[in-house]
Amino acid sequence: MKRVVIEPVTRVEGHGKVTILLDAQGCVQQARLHIVEFRGFERFVQGRPFWEVPVLVQRLCGICPVSHHLAAAKAMDRIVGGEKLTPTAEKIRRLMHYGQFFQSHALHFFHLCSPDLLFGFDADPATRNVVGVAGRYPDLAVQGVMMRKYGQEIILRTAGKKIHGTGAIPGGVNKNLSLTERDELLKDLEKNLVWSRKAVHIAKEYTVAHLEELTPFGSFDSNHLSIVRADGALELYDGNLRAITPGGDKIFDQVDCQNYFGYLREEVRSWSYMKFPFIKALGPADGWYRVGPLARLNTCDFIDTPEAEAARREFTAVTKGRPNNITMAYHWARMIELLHAIEKIAELLHDPDLQGTDLTVSGERRGETVGIIEAPRGTLIHHYRVDAQDQVTMANLIVSTTHNNEPMNRAVQRVAEQFLSGNEITEGLLNRVEVAIRAYDPCLSCATHALGRMPLVVELRDAAGHLIDQRGRGVSAAALAAADALRPAAP
Amino acid sequence: MAKPRVATTSLAGCFGCHMSLLDIDERILQLIELVDFDKSPIDDFKNFTGRCAVGLIEGGCCNEENVAVLRDFRAHCDVLISVGDCAIMGGIPALRNTIPLEECYREAYLEGPTVHNPAGRIPNDPELPLLLNKVYPCHEVVKVDYHLPGCPPLADTLWQALVALLNNQPLELPYELVKYD
Repeated sequence: MKRVVIEPVTRVEGHGKVTILLDAQGCVQQARLHIVEFRGFERFVQGRPFWEVPVLVQRLCGICPVSHHLAAAKAMDRIVGGEKLTPTAEKIRRLMHYGQFFQSHALHFFHLCSPDLLFGFDADPATRNVVGVAGRYPDLAVQGVMMRKYGQEIILRTAGKKIHGTGAIPGGVNKNLSLTERDELLKDLEKNLVWSRKAVHIAKEYTVAHLEELTPFGSFDSNHLSIVRADGALELYDGNLRAITPGGDKIFDQVDCQNYFGYLREEVRSWSYMKFPFIKALGPADGWYRVGPLARLNTCDFIDTPEAEAARREFTAVTKGRPNNITMAYHWARMIELLHAIEKIAELLHDPDLQGTDLTVSGERRGETVGIIEAPRGTLIHHYRVDAQDQVTMANLIVSTTHNNEPMNRAVQRVAEQFLSGNEITEGLLNRVEVAIRAYDPCLSCATHALGRMPLVVELRDAAGHLIDQRGRGVSAAALAAADALRPAAP
Repeated sequence: MAKPRVATTSLAGCFGCHMSLLDIDERILQLIELVDFDKSPIDDFKNFTGRCAVGLIEGGCCNEENVAVLRDFRAHCDVLISVGDCAIMGGIPALRNTIPLEECYREAYLEGPTVHNPAGRIPNDPELPLLLNKVYPCHEVVKVDYHLPGCPPLADTLWQALVALLNNQPLELPYELVKYD
């Protein structure tokens, strides 16, 4: 009998826990990724004034606060009747958003994932980190750090703060970009363009060179979901919902975000604080889907910036134009988006609208609103009701990582079956479970908005369900009884 | 001489304080000359490998596991620092302190407009740590040596505090580096 624990899963943002059940032959029967924290945002946002929400809810997440800031601000634009922003306001927000994509994708690739790709999945855990990368590949490590810095600088100039800024307000923004600020940002633009091309090249070379082993690694066919522009282009700030099957057929297309409610549902399971979203028409068994860079490259018809579009064509050539269902291809897709983001940043920095002074709009007030945005990790949905006293009365948040809950669980199951069944469990084999999770760049801080945070622990149980080793914290019977007491009576 | 070891963790927080630490940018390379990292979400040390000079704690305590991790940090670190408003005051997660937990569960798992929950389930599994009725700041659970305020503290604040501590210098932060937002 044996039980192995990885606690917590590291080099992801937030905390998570995996449990694996083995049968008598040592074969994996079940592997689950548990989300173990809950914070209760949806309830405690109620009663707050609506104009406070874009600043409050970004505390869901310190990694992509801009995404929550903008999704909430987009929702509140509609509350004040100002859904069509002034060109200055929309472009400032877009610049902030592309800056966010740039820093988040660079952070994930260079600081968190590159050790697995550069040193191998079995490398010594003591060097398998960004410090190890800095020792062996100092130029690459510095590039990663400087790219993230550039994204953060853009956020600082547009939002007022690098983390938890206040730039977007209902109906617009509270500042434009001064010429001095623009010139500061222009200084480092070219360097970051060069580095971004190089990052795409690294991700592509790695994926293509290892295609045979990466193709089955934690992979499976899935539906894909994202927003797209009206003409089918990749769109990160404002578009309509599109979902496709694993083969590329459209499940729905150009669905107005205000109607997301008619298309998506979230299943509650007892063993995770994170819900399991699915496409309503397909049901919980078949309707689950992936979001994020891989899904976006699969759902969109093209990218409207030339270099990222060329990179996208190379990407789709690998699967001969059909959707790419290779989990590890997320990394390559993420770097293509990084290149797209810097191309968009270049476009915007040269746009004189950014120095405009018409910053806000308002119109006929509404009581209910949905704001949807593509965050770095995928589609992010904020849905609110606001009463006549300006107070929020309902909040429903479906965050990017939550959409990927079922796929991450499937990836964990696949990798556990592929590598742990009947084998001696080594650190390197267990790291593969984390490698599969990291491909999704899960933001467990966001995902636990409902109640918390997510330490990743891997546990093994024997066929009878007994824990084989005790490293995690136990939950006492009294504590469970206390939790039972919380359970509301059946309606 | 061995370099001092530094450990970091995030309890009930948003990871923003860790992001602010990364915002020291190229000084990260100086930092890794100055210290060795022990248990931290940015490396693969799942457990303490030895005694640490400094432990940085982001986030407050919202569940029993947060408490266990915090006590483990106290036991392994010479100096423990509460980083950011959640660790110091509970922060935004403490907004739930005035609301019964049952209402939070109900909203998230039974009443939300997209919830599909025919069995009326509330997550409840031995694998899930029990929530505390309130979110607690770290110093109400263990002794904390320093507080660095901010949501998150500025990268310069973290940098100057760490460098001073590691060089046995007095910790004197200029006014502009002490912020609560």
